[in-house]
Formats: sequence, structure tokens, C-alpha cells
Amino acid sequence: MLTWVALLALALFSGATFFAARRKALAAAGGKSVSLHSLPGYYGGYVALWVGVPAALLVLFAAAFGDRIEGAALRADMPAAIQAMTAPQQDVFFDDARAVAHGSQPSETVYEGGQKAALDAVAAKARGLEQLISYGAIAAAAVVALAGVFVAYPKIRPDFRARNRVEGWIAGLFIVCSVTAVLTTVGIVASLVWESWRFFQAVSPIDFLFGTEWNPQIAMRADQFASKGAFGAIPLFVGTFLIMAIAMLVAAPVGLFSAIYLSEYARPLTRSIVKPLMEILAGVPTVVYGFFAALTVGPLFRSAFNALGVQFIGGPLDGLGQYLSQVQNQMALVAGAVMGIMLIPFVSSLSDDIINAVPQSLRDGSLAMGATRSETVKKVVLPAALPGIMAAMLLAVSRAVGETMIVTMAAGLQAKTTINPLDTVTTVTVQIVTLLTGDQEFDSPKTLSAFGLGLTLFAVTLTLNVIALRIVQKYREQYD
Amino acid sequence: MTDAALPNSPYALRQIVEARLKARHAQEKRFRAYGLIAISIALAFLFLLVGRIVAQGWTTFVDYRVTVPVFVDPQRIHADDIPGSNFDLMIADQMLARLGTKDDDVGTKSSKIMQIVSNDLGFQLLKQVRDNPSLIGKTITVVGPVKADGALYFKGEMKRSTPEAERKLDNEQLTWLDKMKSTGLVSSGFNTSFLTKSDSTEPEQAGVLGAVVGSAMMLLVTGFLAIPIGVLAATYLEEFAPKNRWTDVVEVNINNLAAVPSIVYGLLGLAVFINWLHVPRSSPLVGGLVMALMALPTVIIATRSALKAVPPSIREAALGVGASKTQTVFHHVLPLAMPGVMTGAILSLAHALGETAPLLMIGMVSFVPGVPEGFTGAATVLPVQVFIWENASERAFHERTAGAIMVLLVFMIVMNMAAILLRRRFERRW
Repeated sequence: MLTWVALLALALFSGATFFAARRKALAAAGGKSVSLHSLPGYYGGYVALWVGVPAALLVLFAAAFGDRIEGAALRADMPAAIQAMTAPQQDVFFDDARAVAHGSQPSETVYEGGQKAALDAVAAKARGLEQLISYGAIAAAAVVALAGVFVAYPKIRPDFRARNRVEGWIAGLFIVCSVTAVLTTVGIVASLVWESWRFFQAVSPIDFLFGTEWNPQIAMRADQFASKGAFGAIPLFVGTFLIMAIAMLVAAPVGLFSAIYLSEYARPLTRSIVKPLMEILAGVPTVVYGFFAALTVGPLFRSAFNALGVQFIGGPLDGLGQYLSQVQNQMALVAGAVMGIMLIPFVSSLSDDIINAVPQSLRDGSLAMGATRSETVKKVVLPAALPGIMAAMLLAVSRAVGETMIVTMAAGLQAKTTINPLDTVTTVTVQIVTLLTGDQEFDSPKTLSAFGLGLTLFAVTLTLNVIALRIVQKYREQYD
Repeated sequence: MTDAALPNSPYALRQIVEARLKARHAQEKRFRAYGLIAISIALAFLFLLVGRIVAQGWTTFVDYRVTVPVFVDPQRIHADDIPGSNFDLMIADQMLARLGTKDDDVGTKSSKIMQIVSNDLGFQLLKQVRDNPSLIGKTITVVGPVKADGALYFKGEMKRSTPEAERKLDNEQLTWLDKMKSTGLVSSGFNTSFLTKSDSTEPEQAGVLGAVVGSAMMLLVTGFLAIPIGVLAATYLEEFAPKNRWTDVVEVNINNLAAVPSIVYGLLGLAVFINWLHVPRSSPLVGGLVMALMALPTVIIATRSALKAVPPSIREAALGVGASKTQTVFHHVLPLAMPGVMTGAILSLAHALGETAPLLMIGMVSFVPGVPEGFTGAATVLPVQVFIWENASERAFHERTAGAIMVLLVFMIVMNMAAILLRRRFERRW
């Protein structure tokens, strides 16, 4: 609340300096903006930026990190009664002290004697610190804003290059924004690597990558850490691969053939109807596909296989019949098929772009030699577009590997190393979701293993994308 | 084929060529048919998907409500402890009376009534009487939903033909329901409460309002962060940045970010925003932050292609009359690229609206029985609500899930239509 008031006041003050500076510039030029170096607004903007931005950053910094500064300062000198406590107890104690100080609900821990006194003392100190930090920040911001006035305002003269200075600020903003994208990557890599490193201290990477037993849900005490065999990710990789392969079996032919039809055969009218419909299919959220898989496709496939199985029972294929009649909803085939449907528009639109990028002259040449359209497509267009189509397929594989909701809702949780599409398998993404959904403490290898899986997933998808982009770059415009 | 293999007579040659031509044309037709089949498969799936969801979900928008005049019996209300009085039982008894029967000593029949009539009626009555104790001794009409199982019977999902032991309601309850309907105690209509209520443990009282508001708040955060940052970053890269190693790194980086699986963003949000920066869990703020990072590459890529489409002559003209580089970009190039930028922005927001996986990581799967209290309060969003309800064991929630998906799809379609219209309306060929 205080932060918002301070920011509002700052904005008003900075606005006022804008007009004052603008006026000063005009007055200095004798009221004719022609004799100024820049437009009058730039002089105003220059001062307003110096007044507003550093001070606002200061206020925001205090608001974002004041809490942590306060916590660190409180811990810096701990009362003796508290030093005797264990680390988690200390955490609770400091949370409680600050809850008391800020008038919110403390935990139900009971403090007695020296601890109670310490709680009150720390709470009083927290209150003081909070005030110090928030009012201190505002006072500092006021000083910075005034300093901005004193530095920037006197500089205003008709020959002052205000526009260039303001554009310097804008350039800074540009760079900050571009760096955000880089920082995202840094953040992803750093957080994955850091948490995985903690995980790999407990479980060796070899056991993780090549172990064949995945069972992290077993409750484990710290001393029971011997059961490292429970973190072997091979079954997850196999499951992910199986579902991806099924998905690609559906998506690759259907997507590619629709792209060929749309770009080579379809009339403009057909194209203008089908393309938006494909875009709708591409825009359907994955959770909807998951619902569709779990409640429509799953039961449908199950009953189909069960009915088929009943036919075989008692015949020469009795074993198969028995098996089929007991197939469950959550088979790899269901998740894979629905994921394939999801990928159709993705493959189709990427391939469509690539096929359209093949120069028309190649087609004309082929057709003029007497080839039919399909021969032109097969012998001329597709070979020319092949690198791009390969890249599109790799991108689709990458999406299939990283897809989460469909498998979470339609594939199972049992980690099995199998390539039987009628069996239940689990995937990397499903396990990440199950391990991290709900309450979790952040120190157990169970939770941290999700980051190990995440790192693997990130590495695999990144490799696929880099290869795909390389292929596209290397073979692009070969025919132009 | 060598010449030696060719027959000498022109007639025979012609026959061979014609036969081959026929085969080639047949092949052509087959190939074309493959394409058509592929497209039909894709579209058939689309219609099957939407059709199934509408078929499963439309009944959500029909509700069955009980309208019952209740005599607030002074003998059954503790005037000094109104919330302690059993309003549910009072309503049940009076309904039994209307159905021409009576409760037994152990209350079997009244609890059977409570299984088919929502406890929302009791809550309403309690609220009215508590606010206005003078109502005691008068007759008040309360309206509330039939419990989910009763509604399933009315909607034909629970059938009398099913053996009694296999359904949740017994024959007597079904007879009561029929009677209630024929006597006008139960009426049906458009289910407004699905759109005006939030999540609840009782299917008949659960609605999507909280999730819709949560989604809107999250998208607000996403839009306010991703659009300005993305547009400025793209403008910098396209118009200002020198072509050097550093900008190459940024470019490759953005292209790769666009293809990072969404769940990895969830891990990032969990590790950085929640564990390191202590942004409150399950809040629209943290959801919006994660989605903003996810949407950023899409916005950047869309903006760059929109900026590329603005012809250089515009820039040269502006520079020619003395504008600075920054003025050229902000006064001329960006405004002309705006339709393309907005289209990209809307599409990336639509994508963020439908995204679920990263939000599961950052705790948005919690049960939130109300509209979110603020950007730092607990919230849920539409796709996550779908996920939560899909996991619920009660059958009535399946219908709600499909209903929530319909609401979600309506929002998605509206956003996509807006993007398409924007593109058509302002698209300019230079």
C-alpha cells in the first residue's frame, strides 16, 4: 500500500518536473522551439526520466526484497534461547515472530519462558526494522528524485542535446528487454542444473540414466537412502519413446498428406475453409485432448479390444484373447493416438509452409516434361522440401516428448519397460507432474528427481530443436 | 528403359504407352485420394472432439431446481442459536409431507430426501432467518438445485432399468423425483449458477466463475509483461541491433526458447519464482509471470515478422525528412506493424489461456472455492479447473468438466477470431 502511494507521488512529481523542464527549455529559447536542439518535450522527458526512474527502481527494490533483508537482519543476531533450537524450529520461530510483528496469524507452536520473551523481543525488532526499511526506502527515493532534479534541470539550455539523451534511455530499455529473453534461458538452465546437481549428489547420474527400476513414491527416510535403485529412469524413457512413436505414426502421414493436398491440389476455396479449421484444431488446449483421451478414446479402445478378445477366447489364439479382454483404459495407444491428432495440424502447417517455399518453376518444369501432379510431388517437390520436412518432423517429435497434459490424463503411472502399445506406460512429463503436484518439501530426492527428469527433457528437446534449425538453415533457399 | 526393349510397330508402342498412362493416372488418383483422406481424418477428429465435448457438456447448462415454500416452524428453530438449528431436516420433512409420506423414527426418509436435494436450500434458509429473525413462523419460498444424482436421473443418465443396487438412488427416491417434477416442485431451466458460482465440492453447486476470473487476472499479468517486453525486444533486434555474435546468440536463443516444453517453464517458475523469490504460490501473479516467459518468444517472433513486412521505403522517407532512428521506429514503423504485432500477441495470450502443465507445478491445482482475492491470493484457472474436475470421482463432475471445456473453447475461439479479423481488417500489401 505504502509502495503504491510512494510510486503515485513519484509519478506526479516526475510529471511536474516534465512540464517545468519543458517550460524552461522554451523560455530559454525565447518561446520559439525552432532554436532548440530538440523538441521541447524531449527536455521535459530528460528531466522526468532522471527524477522518476532511479527513485522508482529503488522503491520497487525495497518492496520486493525488504522482506528478505528484514529476515536476514533478524537472524544476524539471534537470542541465546533461540540458538539452542534446531534449524527447522528456528525457521518456524522467525516466521512466527514476523507474523506477530505484522499482525498476521502465527503458527500454533507454543513458546515458553525465555523463548516467549525472545519472540516478543524479535517481534518488536521486526516491527522496527520493517518501518525502517519501508520509510528508509521512501526517504532514499525522495533524495534520489531531488538529486535527479538538481543534476538534470540545470543542464537545460537551447543547445543541450536532449533528444539524444532520451534516446539513450530508450536504448537502455531495449537492451534490458532483449536480455530478458536470454535471462529466461539462463534461469531455466541454472535452476534445472542446480536442483539436478543436488539430486545427483544423492543418486548417481549413471543409476539415474541407466537404472531400470523407477519407484520414487516409496517413502524414504534420510537413512534409508540406500535404495538408490528406485531412481532408474529407463522405463520412463521407453514409455516416452513408445508414446512419441505412436503419435508420430498418426501425425506424420496424416499431417504430411494433408499438407500436400492443401498446397498442391486444393482449390483456393477449399484451402480457405480447411486452413482455419486446422488452426482451430491446433488451438485446442492440450487439457481438452487429455479429457477426450481419458473419457472418450480410452473407453472406446478398451471396449473394442475387449470385444475382440472375447472372440478369440477358447480358439487357437486363446492367450491373446485373454490378454485383449483385460486391456485397461490407460494404454499407451490411447495417449499416443490422441497426441498424434494433436500434432496433425502442427506437422501439416509446418510442411505446408515448406512445400509452398519450393519454387513454382520446379513444378512447372516437371509438369511441362509430362509428369503428372503426383509424380511432380513425389519426384520433385518432396525431394526439394525434404530437409524442411525432416526438420518439421523433428520439431513434432520434440513436442511429443515434451507434451504433458494428454499423457498425464490418459497414460498411467506405472513405470514399465515395454514396447507393447496396449500396456500401461508412464512418461517423463507425467512423472514430473506427479512428483511436483501438491505439497512437497524441497529436500527429498523424490522431489528433486523431477528436476533431473526436467534437465533430461530439456536437453533432449533442445538437441532436437537445434538439429532441426540447423537442417533448415543449411538447406534453405537451395533452389532459389 | 532401352530402345531395344521397345516394340517396332507404332501400334504396339502406343498400346504400351496408353497402358502406362492409365496406370499413372490411376496412381495420380490414388495419391490425390490419400490427401483427401488425410484431410478428412483430421477434420473428422476435430468434429468428433468438439461433438463429443458438446454432447457430454451441454447438459451442464440445464439445471433442475427445487422451488419449495418452507414454513419456518418456530418449534424447530432455536431462537437463541439459529445457526445450530437443523434447517435441512425441516425442509426435508416438509417436502416429505408434500410427497404424501412421513419420516420414520430414525430419519431414513429425510436423509433420503437430503440425498436428492442440495443443502444449498438449507443454507439459504439459514441466511434469511439469521438476517431477519422475524421470519420465524412465516412461510418462505426457497429455490435451490437438485443434487447431482437427481439431475443425472432427470437427464436420463441414470435409468430406472438399471438394477437398484447399481445406482446411487433407490426406487423410492426416483419415484419422489418423478412426483416432484409432475407437481411442479422441480423445474428446469438455463443453468446460470454454473457461470456465476465458483468451485465447490458439491457438483451441483460448482461453477466456473472463480476459474474465469483467475484466468483473466493471470492473462492480465502475462499481457502486461510479455507484450511490452516482447515488442521492445523484437524492435531492438530487428531495427537497432548490430549484427554481431551477441545478437546471433540472442536470436538462436529466442528460437530455441519457443520450442522448450511448457512443463520446463513450470520447473523454472517453481525453482526461481517460488523457491528463490518467494512469490506466493498458486497466485495469478506467479502464473502470469511463468506464462509471460512462455509467451515472450512467440510475441518476439510475431513482432519481428510484422516489422520485416514494413517496407524500407517508409524508414527511408522518415529518415530523409530528419527523423532520428528512434523517431522513425516509434512514429512510423511500429504503428504500421501494429496489426501484425497485436495478432501475434492475441494468439500468444490465447495459447497461455489454454496452457495447463506449468501451472500444476506452481501450485494452481488447489481447491479455491471463490473468486481470487487478488493478484497474490490463491486462484485457479480454467484449464486447471478442467483438470481438477476430470480427476474428481463423482460422475456428475464429468458433465461439469465438459461444460467448463465449452466455456474455455468459447474464449479460445473468440480470441482466435479476434486475431483473424484483425489480420484481415488491417492486413496491408505493400
